[in-house]
Amino acid sequence: MLSRILSLMKKEFLALFQDKKSRFVVIVPPIMQLMVFGYAATFDLNRIPLAVYDEDGGPQARQLIARLDGSRNFEEVARLTDEGQIAPLIDSRRALLLLHIGPQFSRNLARGVPAPVQVIVDGRNSNTAMIALNYVRSIVTEFNESRSAGAGGARIPARLVIRAWFNPNLESRWFIVSGIVGLLTLVVTMLVTALSVAREREQGTFDQLLVTPMRPVEILVGKALPGFIIGLLEASVIILAAVLWFRVPLVGSLVSLYTGVLLFLLSAIGVGLMISSLSVTQQQGMLGAFLFLVPSVILSGFATPIANMPQIVQDITLLNPLRYFMVVLRGVFLEGTPFHLLLNQFWPMALIGVTALAVAGWLFRHRMY
Amino acid sequence: MNTRGGSAMRLRGLVRKEFLQILRDPSSIAIAFVMPVFLLVLFGYGVSLDAEHVPIGLVAEQPTADSADLTDAFEQSRYFRPTRFLTMAAAREAMREHRIQAIVWLRSDFAARLRRPDGAAIGVFLNGVDANTARLVSGYVQGVWTRWLEARARNHGRPLNTPVSIEPRIWFNSEVRSRNFLVPGLIAVIMTLIGALLTALVMAREWERGTMEALLVTPVAIREILLGKLIPYFVLGMGGMALSVVMALWQFEVPLRGSLLVLFAASALFLLVALGMGLLISIVARSQFVAGQIAIIATFLPAFILSGFIFDIGSMPAVIQGITHIVAARYFVAILQSVFLAGNVWSVILPNAAALVIMALVFFAASRRKARKRLD
Repeated sequence: MLSRILSLMKKEFLALFQDKKSRFVVIVPPIMQLMVFGYAATFDLNRIPLAVYDEDGGPQARQLIARLDGSRNFEEVARLTDEGQIAPLIDSRRALLLLHIGPQFSRNLARGVPAPVQVIVDGRNSNTAMIALNYVRSIVTEFNESRSAGAGGARIPARLVIRAWFNPNLESRWFIVSGIVGLLTLVVTMLVTALSVAREREQGTFDQLLVTPMRPVEILVGKALPGFIIGLLEASVIILAAVLWFRVPLVGSLVSLYTGVLLFLLSAIGVGLMISSLSVTQQQGMLGAFLFLVPSVILSGFATPIANMPQIVQDITLLNPLRYFMVVLRGVFLEGTPFHLLLNQFWPMALIGVTALAVAGWLFRHRMY
Repeated sequence: MNTRGGSAMRLRGLVRKEFLQILRDPSSIAIAFVMPVFLLVLFGYGVSLDAEHVPIGLVAEQPTADSADLTDAFEQSRYFRPTRFLTMAAAREAMREHRIQAIVWLRSDFAARLRRPDGAAIGVFLNGVDANTARLVSGYVQGVWTRWLEARARNHGRPLNTPVSIEPRIWFNSEVRSRNFLVPGLIAVIMTLIGALLTALVMAREWERGTMEALLVTPVAIREILLGKLIPYFVLGMGGMALSVVMALWQFEVPLRGSLLVLFAASALFLLVALGMGLLISIVARSQFVAGQIAIIATFLPAFILSGFIFDIGSMPAVIQGITHIVAARYFVAILQSVFLAGNVWSVILPNAAALVIMALVFFAASRRKARKRLD
């Protein structure tokens, strides 16, 4: 039995790596994408194009502007002299944010009455808009505090002391890169498994496989193992790159991390083979792969939190193995979550994997066309 | 060599053959119509960056009238769903188990310190793992705190001294609905997938089955073969696009401030690019297997991460910004977000449309070259 599985495995590896292009696609792009996405995917803004319309021109106004200019989050791209210049600048996206200081600003400050400044933000991407607005807000708060400290103004009875655990500088890259490990592992296993049975069905070689003395379980194992080995190797490379290149801290234990990786591979390969054995043509296999891949990523909590989703969609995410793997990745990488607190992530992945593999094995014989 | 009439007739024949093939394997129709509906429903409802009812823990070590005042302010905010804890240790445990996202901690001497000149400290601990959400939560906490300070100052008859305040105006999306920008962006991602999926396998399939050789010995020109593949899938893809727009407008209530005509023209242009990319993939790959693999790797994640749909391109390092220029979805996302939310802003539409035209031309020229080369 073992030798039969081994020879099928060998054949699978050959099918995958004999074609130069296929070999390239499975190995090179995932690593390249880690590099590109690792740098691209961040919610932290820098060099926000800022326009200033200062109708006041007094020293206080200039100080406030200097604070914005001095921050590395902003880059002043235009100084306006007329109200009519605002709309074209924002419309064309040359400036994301406009600071408008009215003519009464210095006079109001001198008289000790509130001096509002207007901030116009391009809300076409409202998330970016809110982040940029928060940056301005904290700069204005600092400005106020330094003024009242200098002028001995009224004290504030209670102030906030904000600390972030697990990620003290709130670097969203840590969050995203640890998530990319899951994304790319999923993509790689899909590449290896989703078309493997579909191709043989389309070419008719799967019938030949079925009439050999191999049992469905042996075929299943032979088809699953290459994905397992390739997935494990690539996941390890990606994890290494996350730690060594992107300097994401890995606080938790490798045992927890690799338990997660193995169980996730089991579930992803199971689903991949299930899709593949459900398909009669490779086109159907590819459609299935996308119909699984895309929702898995979007509903995994990778970029947008699951907690923000409506309850019914949150319930759907329970079927998504990547969802559990994301929790494991971020927990182990950033929080150092101990093994026993991750059990609730482990067993659903195992269950999905075993169920999907069983269905795939059953489909081998029962899905005929 | 070919008369115009003959060419048109051959093209008609090819298109007819392709349509028949589409009808025979319904997965193409599923790609064009079922996929956009399925994905838009799932994402339109599923993807949101607006955190509301964030679970937080409130720890007031010694409840007093002052601390009750502040904790009530948190209870009343629609952004929070507070749970009270008696000790910091219990709250810490809840945070580790992800039952709460943040802790607001009032020490036992909070009330006493409020009356001293140096003031009291309110400890706020965030779970920083998801930095974006942590920042949002921190902003909400500051909002509650500011309103509490103002109310307190008013009750004491001394208005709070905050000299400079901000009057924010958020243009194009004043209610800050993240769905308004996510849905147009999702349309771009979905159309990328549809375009590539529809065509990625079609040429590879013909080569694999040997029907391409048969086609080549007929008087049909390469250009006609490519067009014959393209036209049916273009029709299908535009159908899917129309369906997506209808859903964006009526199902998700995204405003359409630009003109429908511009939206239609931009979509047609983008679809050509997406189909062209699929066609090129299927010509380069030679086999459906490899074509499928390339399509999986080259379409979804780049369109998702590098298009500016969710992550701001302006904040990426210069090299990565350069790479985003070869992602067609980037141009389409820019056009869609403007046409939906801002209107017909020509200074955004024209340069991005020009980039799409160039990409379409490059893909078709490359497809034609590669297809011809394969003859030997």
